[in-house]
Amino acid sequence: MKLSPSLENFLNEVGEIVSFAGRFFREGFKPRYELKELLRQCYIVGYQSLPLVGITAFIMGMVLTVQSRPTLEQFGAESYLPAMVAVSVVREIGPVITALICAGKIGSSIGAELGSMKVTEQIDAMEVSGTNPFKYLVATRILACTLMIPILVVIADALAMYASYLGVNIKGFTDWNLYYTKVFEALTFSDVLPAFIKSYFFGFAIGVIGCYKGYNSKKGTEGVGRAANSAVVVTSLTIFILDLIAVQITDLLGLN
Amino acid sequence: MNAEGNLKKDRNSGDQEVVVRVRNLYLSFGNNKVLQGFDFDLHRGENLVVVGKSGSGKSVLIKCLVGLLQPDSGVVEVLGEDVLKLNQEELDHLRVKMGFLFQGSALYDSMTVRENLEFPLRRHWIDKDKDEVEKLITQALANVGLEQAHELMPAELSGGMRKRVGLARTLILKPEIMLYDEPTTGLDPITSKGISRLILDIRQKLNTSSIIITHDLQCARIVADRVLVLADGICHASGTFEELLKSEDPVVKEFFEDLR
Repeated sequence: MKLSPSLENFLNEVGEIVSFAGRFFREGFKPRYELKELLRQCYIVGYQSLPLVGITAFIMGMVLTVQSRPTLEQFGAESYLPAMVAVSVVREIGPVITALICAGKIGSSIGAELGSMKVTEQIDAMEVSGTNPFKYLVATRILACTLMIPILVVIADALAMYASYLGVNIKGFTDWNLYYTKVFEALTFSDVLPAFIKSYFFGFAIGVIGCYKGYNSKKGTEGVGRAANSAVVVTSLTIFILDLIAVQITDLLGLN
Repeated sequence: MNAEGNLKKDRNSGDQEVVVRVRNLYLSFGNNKVLQGFDFDLHRGENLVVVGKSGSGKSVLIKCLVGLLQPDSGVVEVLGEDVLKLNQEELDHLRVKMGFLFQGSALYDSMTVRENLEFPLRRHWIDKDKDEVEKLITQALANVGLEQAHELMPAELSGGMRKRVGLARTLILKPEIMLYDEPTTGLDPITSKGISRLILDIRQKLNTSSIIITHDLQCARIVADRVLVLADGICHASGTFEELLKSEDPVVKEFFEDLR
């Protein structure tokens, strides 16, 4: 059976990304460890993304609360508002929105940075100086994304819940303790753990695809733009696919 | 290591030690046959200039020497080691003995000049203390006439300064062999002459053996002990600059006709 060229290209690219990820596991954990660069990347990925992630999560929590309230009011179910927002944010919206924002901010920045290093021969220069550029540039970025995205998700969830509390108090008054009692009554272990685990996979996908696109960038400056752009597009799509798979797995495990 | 390939005492060409030996080098990119049986030797302390048309495979040739490109077949021996048979660790170890000046200098643009020079030092000479590293950086920048450039970013440097910093970064590990990829391309004639003189100074100070890929015949005239003409993927002609200048071979004449 002959595959259409576009399908063949797609499958080839998937294969190359998987092989690239495999190289990360083969080379990324061997000495010498690039701890200084890893910490620098954690600072860039984690700390420098915090304002954007925080503001988005805050707005998201408040908007979700304000827009859900009228519908719940119609059924006299306002008291379920904290529980509804908490489950929505922790299970789905927090991890997915944070990952999508990071795909845009971090994925494009990694794609462009490595792409530019590739076309200006900086990666070759690193290699001929006896430094393994895959370990120094790629493994550190993938690891930083994998470690930092779950932390950003936890912070985003917390900020969204705080914004939700403020949203509830726009109309009327709800006590802080009452609100958070309602939130934690609604949340269970099976809400938090799968969401936390899948955010590691989102972070890994952001790192691997951003690095793959940049590291294999071609065709000069045009290639750099293309690497940054396709890093965002492919990562975003991958996040949705991973989310779908995660939902199916948690469903199969009876955690829904 | 292949005993037959040990070059340390190879005395085929005069009485000088051969530090790089390339035999029957073939490399293609798809249907484009770039190298088709290229042969040459580089002797210790020699400046060897390789000239050829754009796209003739000059840069490809030196990238094969440092293992950035894998040839389809052939022998590449550097300082007695068969580059194509080395594992990654051995290759990295060998690369430290070789310096490579890239056409665009390839400075790490997120680092200052100081950090660019510190990067190879910190990675290979971990035991050096801060003062010693600082001394080496200052000395390397002084060697290329850029004593005041420590804290500048690559974007703040002119083309000539970038080449000099690239050279300083390469020389800081005191390589035995230098590979220059178009060292004077894109520079004005005065700066080009300065870079060419620098290449000679480096050989004198560090006793390096060099391969210089260039289109710039003025640079070739200043630095070359020997010139190779790369045409149709092979070493078409070889000799001193003056010998090739007088050559009646049509391919060689085409290169040198402006200077005749």
